[in-house]
Amino acid sequence: MSARAQTLLWVAQRASAALLGVCVLVHLATMIYAVRGGLTAAEILGRTSGNVAWFAFYTVFVLAIAVHVPIGLRAVLAEWAGWRGRGRDPALICLAIFLVYGGMSAVKGVFR
Amino acid sequence: MKPLRVRVWRGGIEGAFQSFDVPRHASQTVLDVVTHIQRALDSTLAYRFACRVGMCGSCAMTVNGVPRWTCRTHIDKAVGGKNEITLEPLRNLPVVRDLVTDMREFFDKWARAKGSFEGSKSRRDGFVPISPESQNRKQVDSAIECIGCAVCYSACDVVAQNPDYLGPAALNRAWTLIKDERDEKTLARLRAVAGDAGCHACHTHMSCTEHCPKQLSPTAGIAGLKREVLSAVLEGRL
Repeated sequence: MSARAQTLLWVAQRASAALLGVCVLVHLATMIYAVRGGLTAAEILGRTSGNVAWFAFYTVFVLAIAVHVPIGLRAVLAEWAGWRGRGRDPALICLAIFLVYGGMSAVKGVFR
Repeated sequence: MKPLRVRVWRGGIEGAFQSFDVPRHASQTVLDVVTHIQRALDSTLAYRFACRVGMCGSCAMTVNGVPRWTCRTHIDKAVGGKNEITLEPLRNLPVVRDLVTDMREFFDKWARAKGSFEGSKSRRDGFVPISPESQNRKQVDSAIECIGCAVCYSACDVVAQNPDYLGPAALNRAWTLIKDERDEKTLARLRAVAGDAGCHACHTHMSCTEHCPKQLSPTAGIAGLKREVLSAVLEGRL
């Protein structure tokens, strides 16, 4: 992989980390508010269904995870498992696709 | 004063600790202790030293698990109240014998990081004036003081986990040259230090900065390299 590509991966991981920092805070604050307010699952779904703002927020959250996790895991696999071979990056792309698929399925579930 | 019990690594990669009892003296350094063992107790002990005053860096060893210059480490400070000390060769480098490591890989990585100056002027062109107040010069004021003792390389966990990683000293050297206005090899150097074996592999544990006997901060230089590489990528130069 070229120096440019490796640098872009590094930037993507830092940028997605910054996004995740905000997303996790908003997510936790929302969860605490919902639980403390005594909202039921049905009431929560009632507020998220059809709400484009929540759909956009959690889509960004899922995409940030799908970018951040495989890049971080790439370094972990190299340093802890010694996996630097050719199969590593395709395997991580598969993981990214799986994270997008699984995450977006959940987002669609609460948007419907 | 009770003699000091010194556990010394003997052998190469395979080996074992051997214990010696060494008389204590006031203001005794770890290097004094090693020298006493070699001269008075076991002349076959292999170790490396030269200047004895913290200028050459060749006496670096692992003292009670910490990489240090043995000539600048007092026994009182190193033992921490106990009467025993353990001496090993530097970590992350192949052991030649006893306390001597093979430094080739360490210096080969300086070459891989393009750690040699390459200017465009000849001796007939005269000096290039560099103001001590210039931003580029001030950023590397301390970093140019590195003497290549490999203490930072030994302290670095990323080197231990990623053998290709260039290490703090080589990256620090690259940083000083990138900020040198006379040098002409910036792009090639940025390409050499970017990526999985270069500055982007650093986890900012800061072990290099914590253990550097000259109180330099290779971590700051590596962060500077990340900024320089990113600028070059965004501007399309890399």
